[in-house]
Amino acid sequence: MAGQTVTRAQLSEAVYQEVGLSRNESAELVETVLNEISEALARGEMVKISSFGSFAVRKKGKRIGRNPKTGKEVPINPRRVLVFRASHVLKDHINGTLRKPEATA
Amino acid sequence: MTKSELIQQLAERNPHLYQRDVERIVTTIFDEISNALSRGDRVELRGFGAFSVKRREARLGRNPRTGQSVQVDEKHIPFFKTGKEMRARLNNGA
Repeated sequence: MAGQTVTRAQLSEAVYQEVGLSRNESAELVETVLNEISEALARGEMVKISSFGSFAVRKKGKRIGRNPKTGKEVPINPRRVLVFRASHVLKDHINGTLRKPEATA
Repeated sequence: MTKSELIQQLAERNPHLYQRDVERIVTTIFDEISNALSRGDRVELRGFGAFSVKRREARLGRNPRTGQSVQVDEKHIPFFKTGKEMRARLNNGA
């Protein structure tokens, strides 16, 4: 496990290498893709990327939380959270493609 | 929204690009993230969120149908943490 961090820069570079666009335009497109996904999520839409995973927006109700330091009760307002579910393809990829096929449907 | 709808949308907004290229751009981005994660790297996309890999210890599991014990090997699972801006965007509509 290397433990390096990949950022927009590496994604843009990969797009630049793969498609015949300028570095600038590659970077812009990476941004546009992320933006398009964010907008859909902000609308409350689910975003499914096949063989990668899906992003879904979940609504959380109001609840009473507690400040762990002071023990004081604080209300936590209803909010929307983003959850990511990785696809099996991604999970298998991460665990090494050489894994034996299992008898699961 | 599915991957193909995302590609469709991007193609419409970027009429100077071939649909085939838009497809390659989207595929490249997600492949790059997947490859980074399978190397054990983190992928940090400020404002959107960060992908990382967490290790799950080997454990003794149980087949819920038969009750039989089964050895579950150590595995790695992908994890996503929502970025600050994204979180705000979901809640203030900003």
